[in-house]
Amino acid sequence: MKAMVYRGPYKIRIEEKDIPRIEHPNDAIIRVTKAAICGSDLHLYHGLMPDTRVGTTFGHEFIGVVHEVGPSVENLAVGDRVMVPFNIYCGSCYFCARGLYSNCHNVNPNATAVGGIYGYSHTCGGYDGGQAEYVRVPFADVGPSIIPDWLDDEDALLMTDALATGYFGAQLGDIRHGDTVAVFGAGPVGLCAAKSAWLMGAGRVIVIDHLEYRLAKAREFAHAETIDFAEHDDIVVTMKRATDNLGADVVIDAVGAEADGNFTQHLTGSKLKLQGGSPIALNWAIDSVRKGGTVSVMGAYGPIFSAVKFGDAVNKGLTLRMNQCPAKRQWPRLLEHIRNGYLTPSDIVTHRLPLEAIGEGYHMFSAKLDGCIKTIITMDAA
Amino acid sequence: MNEKTSATELDRPYVADKPAPRETDDQLRARIPGWGADLDPADRPAVPRERYAPEVTGAHWEFPDRQPELHPRERSIEHGMLTPVFGTVAPLHGVSGAIRRYAYRYSEGRAAHWLLLIAGDRVDSLGAHVRSLATLHPDNPVTESGVLSEVRRRGWSSRVRSRRVDRSHTWIDPILVAGPWVATGVFAVMLARKAVSLARR
Repeated sequence: MKAMVYRGPYKIRIEEKDIPRIEHPNDAIIRVTKAAICGSDLHLYHGLMPDTRVGTTFGHEFIGVVHEVGPSVENLAVGDRVMVPFNIYCGSCYFCARGLYSNCHNVNPNATAVGGIYGYSHTCGGYDGGQAEYVRVPFADVGPSIIPDWLDDEDALLMTDALATGYFGAQLGDIRHGDTVAVFGAGPVGLCAAKSAWLMGAGRVIVIDHLEYRLAKAREFAHAETIDFAEHDDIVVTMKRATDNLGADVVIDAVGAEADGNFTQHLTGSKLKLQGGSPIALNWAIDSVRKGGTVSVMGAYGPIFSAVKFGDAVNKGLTLRMNQCPAKRQWPRLLEHIRNGYLTPSDIVTHRLPLEAIGEGYHMFSAKLDGCIKTIITMDAA
Repeated sequence: MNEKTSATELDRPYVADKPAPRETDDQLRARIPGWGADLDPADRPAVPRERYAPEVTGAHWEFPDRQPELHPRERSIEHGMLTPVFGTVAPLHGVSGAIRRYAYRYSEGRAAHWLLLIAGDRVDSLGAHVRSLATLHPDNPVTESGVLSEVRRRGWSSRVRSRRVDRSHTWIDPILVAGPWVATGVFAVMLARKAVSLARR
């Protein structure tokens, strides 16, 4: 089969690999029909995530058709059209039993601080991802769901991570009626978080970024006010002025490890890998939220230390909430919202490429070229 | 909020009231599809954070069957055992494998663990590049970096027609991407010269 393969920082290529095989009785092999490149894939691509091994196939956002099932699989059959949450989880450990599917204790031998994620380095379990023609899906009775007939493929694909994570991020903000919600980052997760904030009764939603085409999408897709931080000398002061000098009630960091806007932080955190990412957006979030407010962290960070302004967070009495999203827990409600027309995730897709062009897709997304927000890899076209 | 902040916003005194809403609920409902559909904080899927319900996950086991460990599998020393399921891509090998194996002697709480893993990553990619030179499919930094999309995907206009802040450090990226290749080439030439001079003695 053809698969995207990591060769080292900033370098990937298409290789022929063996079709994955059943390695556990509850495995399934999925023939991938569509996959997406996630913003967090860029952390791997840039060599930021420890224990990212040459030969690994990335991709934790994918849908497909069941090709083969293990002997203990009861809930799926060959030929089923399925969407697969980006989390790999057993459904039975201490954490899964409590709904913390993203924190499963039974699927990642390499680390206890994170669960299992498809195609996301050995730090997340050492599994291949879905930017390939086939992928192994552990615990097939737990993770994948059959895609309803009425649901569009691209909407289903975005439910596997970007939409679910944005919606989850808004929930972690504990948004109350009339709250002012600020979202740093107008990428796929930030756009979905901003749109979700309205569902929870926000009175204002403000999206901050430095890419005008993404801010335009935030205005159109998420009905948000926007601020281009490149136009402002100090975004924290701007945020205070925009919120009656109090600060926003809720701030969502939807940027993560490769945030821009401070040369030193970006150089040490993102380029030189001396931190677990550059926490520029997180620090802006801490300083932009009101005292007693909530910061929800959806941006992905690496496992080593980052220079985060915890003193300000303590002195302001903030609530900091964060986790990898337990995606499937969000799905029943998200399906309702999509069916009602409240959420239209595929509106954020800007590019569709065949698998052979995935190198171009990564560079375009990484360098923010051609108005790129979300790229989908279409296997059927490969 | 694209226009400059107005003086009235600056002059608002600090008072106990929550700032007045800019739009009423009815106005928001009319403008935003689904506004308030999840208004009740208790009726959101992520609430409460922990909800004991193992029966809804689809798992039909108390503890999963164990995946056979066909090759010795490294694991975090914070785990009490090898997890019943694990990934099998890219097993440890060579020098990078030795570095990574050593890293797993340290817990995730130690910087040494992560820094050694990053060192292992760099050795792994360098070794892979060198080994690829002896194959029919050597690494090609031009195609593998996707840099050709700079032309097809409006690399120039995407940058110059924008105020985007990453322009201040775009110059670093070619050094980071091409630098290791150049350094490896220089090192190879030095080694070759040394070998030639030794052979001539």
